Amino acid sequence: MSALRIDCVMSPDFSKSHFALFGLPVGFDLDVAALEQTYRDLQREVHPDRFANAPDAEKRIAAQWAMQVNEAYRTLKSPLARGRYLLTLNGIDTEEESNTAMPVAFLIQQMDWREAVVAARNAHDDRALEQLAKDKRSEERVLFDRLAAQLSNVATMREARDTVRKLRFLEKLGEEIDLASEAMES
Amino acid sequence: MALLQIAEPGESTAPHEHRLAVGIDLGTTNSLVATVKSGTAEVLLNQEGNKLTPSVVRYFADGGVTVGRQPKAEQADDPANIIVSVKRFMGRGMADVARYGALPYKFIDAPGMVKIETVAGLKSPVDVSADILRVLRVQAEAALAGPLVGAVITVPAYFDDAQRQATKDAARLAGLNVLRLLNEPTAAAIAYGLDNASEGTFAVFDLGGGTFDISILKLTRGVFEVLSTNGDSALGGDDFDQAIAAHWRRLHGLASANHKDLRRMLMAARAVKEDLTTADDASAEIDLSYGQTLNVKLSRAEFHNMTAHLVERTLSPVKKALRDAKLAVDDITGIVMVGGATRMLHVQAAVNGFFGKPLLNNVDPDKVVALGAAIQANILAGNKSGDDMLLLDVIPLSLGIETMGGLVEKLVPRNSTIPVARAQEFTTFKDGQTAIALHVVQGERELVKDCRSLAQFSLRGIPPMVAGAARIRVTFQVDADGLVSVVAQELTSGVVAQVDVKPSYGLTDAEIATMLQASFTYAKDDAAARVLAEARTDAQRLIEAVQAAMAVDADLLSATERALILQEIERLHRRQSEGDASAIKAAIEKLSTATETFAAKRMDKSVAKALTGKSLDEIAKIGP
Repeated sequence: MSALRIDCVMSPDFSKSHFALFGLPVGFDLDVAALEQTYRDLQREVHPDRFANAPDAEKRIAAQWAMQVNEAYRTLKSPLARGRYLLTLNGIDTEEESNTAMPVAFLIQQMDWREAVVAARNAHDDRALEQLAKDKRSEERVLFDRLAAQLSNVATMREARDTVRKLRFLEKLGEEIDLASEAMES
Repeated sequence: MALLQIAEPGESTAPHEHRLAVGIDLGTTNSLVATVKSGTAEVLLNQEGNKLTPSVVRYFADGGVTVGRQPKAEQADDPANIIVSVKRFMGRGMADVARYGALPYKFIDAPGMVKIETVAGLKSPVDVSADILRVLRVQAEAALAGPLVGAVITVPAYFDDAQRQATKDAARLAGLNVLRLLNEPTAAAIAYGLDNASEGTFAVFDLGGGTFDISILKLTRGVFEVLSTNGDSALGGDDFDQAIAAHWRRLHGLASANHKDLRRMLMAARAVKEDLTTADDASAEIDLSYGQTLNVKLSRAEFHNMTAHLVERTLSPVKKALRDAKLAVDDITGIVMVGGATRMLHVQAAVNGFFGKPLLNNVDPDKVVALGAAIQANILAGNKSGDDMLLLDVIPLSLGIETMGGLVEKLVPRNSTIPVARAQEFTTFKDGQTAIALHVVQGERELVKDCRSLAQFSLRGIPPMVAGAARIRVTFQVDADGLVSVVAQELTSGVVAQVDVKPSYGLTDAEIATMLQASFTYAKDDAAARVLAEARTDAQRLIEAVQAAMAVDADLLSATERALILQEIERLHRRQSEGDASAIKAAIEKLSTATETFAAKRMDKSVAKALTGKSLDEIAKIGP
């Protein structure tokens, strides 16, 4: 651990939304190419490598900016993180930690999938895992379409919470599929 | 203009003066220094006229130290005091080094990192690496005829925080100003990217003497974006030598060979391994103790067969890196081969077989990392505008904290682009609790005991409240060197929480200063002169930077701010002409503080500029 200090340095003003930082309109639909290009343009200005010779004050500010740009890019790039962030901007808590009430049919589907992952892992069945990943992706596509529709309208925005929570389940399922693949390789 | 009149006569600023900066590949087996001369990166020769300096250090009872080819040739004579492959011990504990099998060293357990008992006393891997780096610095300063402004030191991408911190400490101990720790695969990609002006997604396969890295990078108009990295920091060419030596020992009934014989066998194994890249069969004669001579031979087929498991071990990290980058084998444009161990034919065949793509190996795999580091050092030193190149690297291993039941909660996942910061709020568990303890770990496993401990620290002085009322915000940061730091803030009452940290390893700035001082015991005046010269250079650089900024962005300064900055510049100028290094440092600090608001405004302006540039492009697109 290189350093530990109490934070007393004035921080740059990061009250702007991630969308504003990237000069993008607020919304779920996003021009990914523009996002990536702006990310590179911004990092060209603020990355610490551009300040290797600068006074410490500038180095510190550059590092804070670069961290903020990275955080904003990470959030906007991932559709799930972007959806969650849009809800936060609208003052809606996704309750992913607290609310565990999910439709029974959805939960049963999740359990079936997870059992299938474990079975595929134990049987060293590559094809079954691949099929599961495919099923997961097509389910995700359906949910992301729904999320986009819900987030585009203030009246339906609260309903997007459930979709975000469902997508979080699928994200976790994806992680388990990856872990199973890893385990089978080694 | 008025600003320029501040400079003393004869101290005129020379903004285009070439600043001496080097890239250093501190390798397990060999180390190299490279620099950019007249726009071209080249490896510097050492005193013996060689490009590669073996990373071997010998310690003598009288305190003498030799580094390089000579101790390498002598390693069988005095194995306990000739340290080879020290990179494998950087930031590692007893349990780690035990995994390397039979080694001729007497390891001593020390907090965070082992130490080695030598005739010259206890040496930590940081000390040994510093001895190698010192020789490289002197070599570079002689070749370039001047003191270095700074150096970029390369590290395996898969190095964790302990290993990175140890490397940086070693460089500072060697009297080097570390401009950046750069990941070796990224350095290699720079050397290739600039040569071939490539665009696309590349895999860099880097099998060195003691470490293995795989990085997946996307190249877009001069931006090198690392998508993922993986590896094995305990797998390298050395393991192939060990496998051959172990085979011979079994074959010739030498299970209990002494350290000298073991060393000779390993040296022969390395030679035979190298021969087998061009010959089908190779043999060697090993002079053992007590006048015995051992004739050994090995065929390529036997060699490939007995080390197939080691080659296989590289493929699992490759698959993980692809998966983390969310890419398939077909998405890879080409594979850059780095590290001397990629000369082995079965390694090449395996990589080629896996990717089904041509291997890029037209730059010498031993030199490509140092060359890339030199290019980056040249930019960071300010010799070349960085406009055309930018590196966006990642943290190789997740960062987390210990939670209930010895479980890890991940805060910064692996392959996050650095620099990165994540904040987490903690609260108290009991009524009236005034302190909380935090344990920071690095690794991918779920249990704390399977991850590497980075630091344990406690926050004290929390005002007594009911359980759950306190809000302590802890921010974990990873800087552009991949080094971790923690910032703690108590939010509820304005009472600043006191932080006690027990880093698991690493040196404080004060310790480094003391050790640096001690290393100059034979030339005390020299040390003081060097410190003063460095402080003066730093002062000059800061004044130039501030003046340049004021010239460009005069409109961002109020009259008061401007007057304050000018006053601090003048103060620093006065201190600079006196001979007190610590007074100069204090004045540097003051000027730096005075420019903080100005710096923040300049950054806002840069960011706005980046966005405006983009909207102009868009307007151009929409236009007729």
